[in-house]
Amino acid sequence: MSEMWTAKLRNKWQKNLPIEKLLPDDQPAYVASWIYVFGVLTLSALAMIIASGIVLAFEGPAWYHTSDVGKFMNSLHFWSVQLFFVFMVIHLWGKYWMAAWRGNRFRTWATGAIAFVASIATAFTGYLVQTNFDSQWISFEAKDGFNSVGIGAFFTVTNLGQMLLLHVAFLPLILGVITVIHVLMVRRRGVVPPIDAEPTPGSGA
Amino acid sequence: MSVSKEAKHAFDAAPWTGKTKRYDIVKEGSIAVALVAIMAIFLSLFLGSPDDTPLTFKGWAISNPDNFYATAVQELSGSSGTATYGAPYNKAADGLNVGPLWLQKWAGVTRPIDTVNEFVIAPLSTQVLSTDIASALATWKSAADSQKHDWAVAYDDAITKAEGKISTVPAGAYGPVPVLAQGLTDMAKGGALDAALLSQGGFFQTDNTKQILFFGDGAYLDEAGTTANLQGGTWGMMNETGRYPGQAWLWLYSFWYQIPPFNNENSKPIGTNADAYIMVIMGIMSLGLILIPVIPGVRSLPMRIPIHRGIWRQYYDENGIKRRKK
Repeated sequence: MSEMWTAKLRNKWQKNLPIEKLLPDDQPAYVASWIYVFGVLTLSALAMIIASGIVLAFEGPAWYHTSDVGKFMNSLHFWSVQLFFVFMVIHLWGKYWMAAWRGNRFRTWATGAIAFVASIATAFTGYLVQTNFDSQWISFEAKDGFNSVGIGAFFTVTNLGQMLLLHVAFLPLILGVITVIHVLMVRRRGVVPPIDAEPTPGSGA
Repeated sequence: MSVSKEAKHAFDAAPWTGKTKRYDIVKEGSIAVALVAIMAIFLSLFLGSPDDTPLTFKGWAISNPDNFYATAVQELSGSSGTATYGAPYNKAADGLNVGPLWLQKWAGVTRPIDTVNEFVIAPLSTQVLSTDIASALATWKSAADSQKHDWAVAYDDAITKAEGKISTVPAGAYGPVPVLAQGLTDMAKGGALDAALLSQGGFFQTDNTKQILFFGDGAYLDEAGTTANLQGGTWGMMNETGRYPGQAWLWLYSFWYQIPPFNNENSKPIGTNADAYIMVIMGIMSLGLILIPVIPGVRSLPMRIPIHRGIWRQYYDENGIKRRKK
């Protein structure tokens, strides 16, 4: 029984990430700063982006030019992206100044940083599929950068169809998976203890 | 009390056994989603989002017919930006390089574009033509390649000498080129060129590469970008039309284009290959961001600059923990 891949996976999961860690009802008392809210705010903005993006996907990239509802949904998508990046950058800086990679949390940091880079790529393709003047301008200007290092040979920023599919399917999938892994790692390892905290009675540990 | 690095690492890695407090993760998440939704809805209702109408060939040919006309001639002569670009569109140039790395050239021509036929001849051929344009088209198609080249280059040079004022170009051995260029200009003015460029190759088309590149060969798109403050030299990469925030997260990418040698096209080798160098720099910096925990110096800054004393002020105060010297 214990040789089964399924059993091994279940046992490893239960050992590393029991439900009490995944959905905790308590947390270390040192988690007492506003900086901690920016992680969950980033996730919330991502949820708004996905929700508004799904509505836009049903109607197509040109819908918002001619519909008031479409314009509102596009605006919702646009501002959710802006909020998402504001929250994420604050979250990232906060984690940097906490040296949040301490205590076997390198992969937590790395997945967060990869998510940041993937978010930039996803947002960039979003700007290319607005089907407005910005899309024309950005695609013409951006092609030179990608072409200059050979990426333009397969990543064609002037190809609306390719950019649209990458924006609504491939890149969100990548970003979503990385984000889930990042959050699961946060839950598994817990929030990093304060710098200078020591395993002494005085530290509360 | 001083602890060893190993003991500190083990302490940081171990599950927290000290003081805890209640934490409702589901409630926190729900409140956060509601808060962000309210913020996004408020911003959307009161500020909207950018939506400047895309440029069209019709608009270009009507507002600046001489520039459109001259660009059409450049497409025929092979002197346009697209015709002289190199990979991935053609082999007219080697493209950019970073030292010995000619990545653009090595990636090859994956999206071949023949500006003569795809930008001018094929679109014109889709139209019901007047007799003179039909005759000019027939003359062009039946001529030898060297003859076509001589006609187009001679006319292109003459337009350049006349500083783009088509009406002042003296007569010369231009063959059917002036008639073809005028025919394409008239076609664009009527609004037929936009669709003709897109529809080449079939009914269903989603690739706007030809239109975008043709636009970029002339002055119309460039002037519109300047007017909207979107040029690379003025942080345009992170700007948006109107008063909306753009891709502010690209500030570091944009930054390099503002400083020497990247902003000097004549500075060799970096300025002349700025796009490639900046892409490589940003790739390395992105990797650096991911690897911060293992980069000496950068990983130690949070311990040396006591911003963490503010973040965990309550914990330090409650436990009487003073800052340790690093």
